Amino acid sequence: MATASLTEYLFMSGILFSIGLAGVIIRRNIIVIFMCLELMLAAASLTLVAFSRENMVAGLPDYNGQMLVFFVITVAAAEVAVGLAIIVALYRARQTVNTEDLTSLQG
Amino acid sequence: MPTPLFYIFAIIMLAGGIGVVALKNPVASALSMIVSFIGLAALFVGLNAYFVGILQVLVYTGAVMVLFLFIIMLLDLKKEESKTLKMPTLAAGIIIPLLLVLQLFAVFQTSELGDFAPINKESLIAAEAQLPTSIAADSQIRKELKQGSLPDVNLIGQKLFTEYNFPLQVIGILLLVATIGCVSLSKKLKYKA
Repeated sequence: MATASLTEYLFMSGILFSIGLAGVIIRRNIIVIFMCLELMLAAASLTLVAFSRENMVAGLPDYNGQMLVFFVITVAAAEVAVGLAIIVALYRARQTVNTEDLTSLQG
Repeated sequence: MPTPLFYIFAIIMLAGGIGVVALKNPVASALSMIVSFIGLAALFVGLNAYFVGILQVLVYTGAVMVLFLFIIMLLDLKKEESKTLKMPTLAAGIIIPLLLVLQLFAVFQTSELGDFAPINKESLIAAEAQLPTSIAADSQIRKELKQGSLPDVNLIGQKLFTEYNFPLQVIGILLLVATIGCVSLSKKLKYKA
């Protein structure tokens, strides 16, 4: 049976990244924007894993790529924890998470 | 991964992603993000990255998205997003990602990346002979490769605790710093009058 090629995996990863980018631009809720950033990170991980499978080292997948995914997932988890704490602090100060109402840094 | 199966999981992943962007209710967005990540984890498994796939389900859908849902319900965001979108924002949000996809499509038209080399019983038994001598003869890695199965977790563990030992410890410090940061951020500030 035919198997999916590297190009197809990379293309799907690119589309997922674009969907995340569209969400970051369109949405106004800061929590949804944050979720779309996570989506973009996950899309990048798919590229890394696809290339790790493609570049075989001595008959096994190149595990350096999967190590990088491991570290990306760990850093993303830490980032989510801190980011959500900041959003909660922001909500406590302003009673909103709508980016159109958060303009105090605008010149 | 067989092509039909790949497309089923890719469509699940992309549909979940579109749901995150398109759904108005943040709780629905978070739930469709979970669907998207489960599709992504299936693609990881299809790429013989079983450990990363399990990590994706455990860390992202298990921990991170539950944290998101928890915060969304804590802040009670149901009434948000009632305002209508501005046309320029919507246009930019559709055109810029579309340009990216078109560019990717053009690049993949001309590139020749080829297919994946198959991982099967014979190739794994052959890979066992090429392992570095630092891996002991009676180790789990050699045992499983001789039987023709991929010891994904063992190989990642081997790499993590030898080559990537220092980054692993740095990431431990990072998690500690993040924990302290969260505690100090969520503490109620006492303003001096």
